[in-house]
Amino acid sequence: MRFRAKIVDLACLNHFSRVINTIAKLAKTCTLRLTVGKLYFILSDKIANGGVSMWCELCQGNFFNEFQMEGVAAEHNEIYLELVPENLSRALKTAQSAKAVKIKLTNKHYPCLRVAVELPSLSSSSRIVTHDIPVGVIPRRLWNDFREPSVPDFDVSIYLPVLKTMKSVVERMKNLSNSIVIEANLSGEMNLKIETDLVSVTTHFKDLGNPSWTSEDGCQSSTQSRDPESMAEARIDIKKLQQLLAGQQVNPTKALCNIVSKRIVHFILLHEDVSLQYFIPALV
Amino acid sequence: LSRIGDELYLEPTESGLSLRAVNSSRSAFASFLFAPLFFQLYEPGGPQRQLSRCKVLMKSFLGVFRSLPSLEKTVGKCLILLKPPANRLVVQLHCKYGVTKTHNLTFQECERLQAVFDTQRCASSLCAPARVLAEAVVHFPQTLAEVTLGAGPGGKISLRNYVEDEAEPSKTMVTELWLAEDEFQTVAVAPGSPITFCLKEFRGLLTFAEASNLPLTIHYDVPGRPVVFTLDDAVLEVRLVLATLSDPESSSQPPRANGVSHLPAPSDDFADDLESYMIAMETSAYEEASGVPPSPTFPLRTPRPAESDPEEEEEEEEEGAVPGTPPHKKVWDGQGHAWGQGDGHRPLLTPTLSPQFRSLFFGSVLTPGGPGPAPTQEVLAEDSDGEY
Repeated sequence: MRFRAKIVDLACLNHFSRVINTIAKLAKTCTLRLTVGKLYFILSDKIANGGVSMWCELCQGNFFNEFQMEGVAAEHNEIYLELVPENLSRALKTAQSAKAVKIKLTNKHYPCLRVAVELPSLSSSSRIVTHDIPVGVIPRRLWNDFREPSVPDFDVSIYLPVLKTMKSVVERMKNLSNSIVIEANLSGEMNLKIETDLVSVTTHFKDLGNPSWTSEDGCQSSTQSRDPESMAEARIDIKKLQQLLAGQQVNPTKALCNIVSKRIVHFILLHEDVSLQYFIPALV
Repeated sequence: LSRIGDELYLEPTESGLSLRAVNSSRSAFASFLFAPLFFQLYEPGGPQRQLSRCKVLMKSFLGVFRSLPSLEKTVGKCLILLKPPANRLVVQLHCKYGVTKTHNLTFQECERLQAVFDTQRCASSLCAPARVLAEAVVHFPQTLAEVTLGAGPGGKISLRNYVEDEAEPSKTMVTELWLAEDEFQTVAVAPGSPITFCLKEFRGLLTFAEASNLPLTIHYDVPGRPVVFTLDDAVLEVRLVLATLSDPESSSQPPRANGVSHLPAPSDDFADDLESYMIAMETSAYEEASGVPPSPTFPLRTPRPAESDPEEEEEEEEEGAVPGTPPHKKVWDGQGHAWGQGDGHRPLLTPTLSPQFRSLFFGSVLTPGGPGPAPTQEVLAEDSDGEY
């Protein structure tokens, strides 16, 4: 089982750091899955996380100049690691002017991801900073816990409003209430509502647009038969929503959410080379 | 200085005004000596040339100079006056438009605060522009308490975050920075173990050094002996002395003749032995998802706290010591490490060492000369009243 990768391009490094920063804001510990072509940051829905789960997928070719991976076995050519993304974020934070960043999986005393940053210096040789990030290797028999979540059978799918706006609205609402209701319909309307003993606040968004999904057999999805004005809603933990929005450092190319009434809200944020899915369950 | 202690010691001498501070655990000491030339007027003593010393609360003194930008704009002259019959230290700011601000600070008389150190006795020294060192420490988190400095193969100098004994090694991120020899202005490193010292006070000095654009020299010796940072220019002499973590194992072994350092080389070929690791994991029955087998014992040198078994300490004590003697009172920092006790648990009065250069950090009230039973209470720095 081996893994080594190298980033030489500063823009790629920057981009990668931003992805890691976003992940670090969403999860204290998560699983990194490495395959030949992709990296995945996975958080599976345990009670400890408050039931949220995350699936973030990156194409390694868009970030790394070199990427070599040998999985656990030939027919299971993948590596699953448990790590604290904040450590990776910190390691990359001061690497923004680096000549090269190499990441390698090692096991000197315990399994680590060694991030070696080569920095420019006035002397003849570069400065090297190494960060040994402890990781846990996840054995093959547990890999099933980390399968890609399927898109739920949602009631409404709608594009999100401009994330910056949504973020500032949610941040203010966070001070007033612990939970927030997201409701949306198939006419491109979404409301964010909070209600306490003293006050209730609703922010209305319209003309958001609804993405069309085709189901596997090629025919239109079942939401076709749904009353376009009817709202699907879910009450979720406002802090989780705020974390998701606060972690976004760049505006996604596409941002949408799928609401399963009273059950779960599934957020999909797509950038050019990164896709992030985040599930927030409804509060009982 | 305020990063070190809560009290500012003012000591006028013939060679200039010395401002000093020490921290509560006596593991950090700094002095800034301003030569008479620095001042427009410098009169260290009264008509009888008696020199008064005093200490004031750091907060009070800093309060006078609160806003640096506005001071630079408005203050023409600053007068600091201490006349023993008066019971106030007078700091007078002569500002624009005829405004004079006079601050009368209460002070306490004190004995001379002097850490015992001698840069000549330090086996190793490094000198680098402050900028290089500042750029080096930026890679470590602000909250990091201690950092380890050492020399590696190829003349490279390394800085590494220190992982405390209590922290689980397999869960802590380790950051290490390697600097090439030619980044330094001078490198004179003796073979030996790396030293560990507190980063907070060092960062404070670095900020000052960067602002004044002076090169910083680091003098150090074996672990346990203090590390001395110096900055010099024509009118200013700065000294920062920090205790270093003592290393009982290395103090009982002589430094190796061929100078093999304990630090691993920075190389691209890291041990990559994951196949056998995976086999070990798959074949044993693990419950938890991460399934990390217990890590092999670390070759980390961990200093033993003073409260270790008396039996362990006895092994290292020289014959002169009485078995079962309670451990020497050590200097503790917040994390409960023993600092500044270079000779580990050996008795402090050894005939071969001259009294000034004991492994003590501060000149103490211990009687010089002949060995004797270790004092039950060691005074590591004189209290301001001279009593303890």
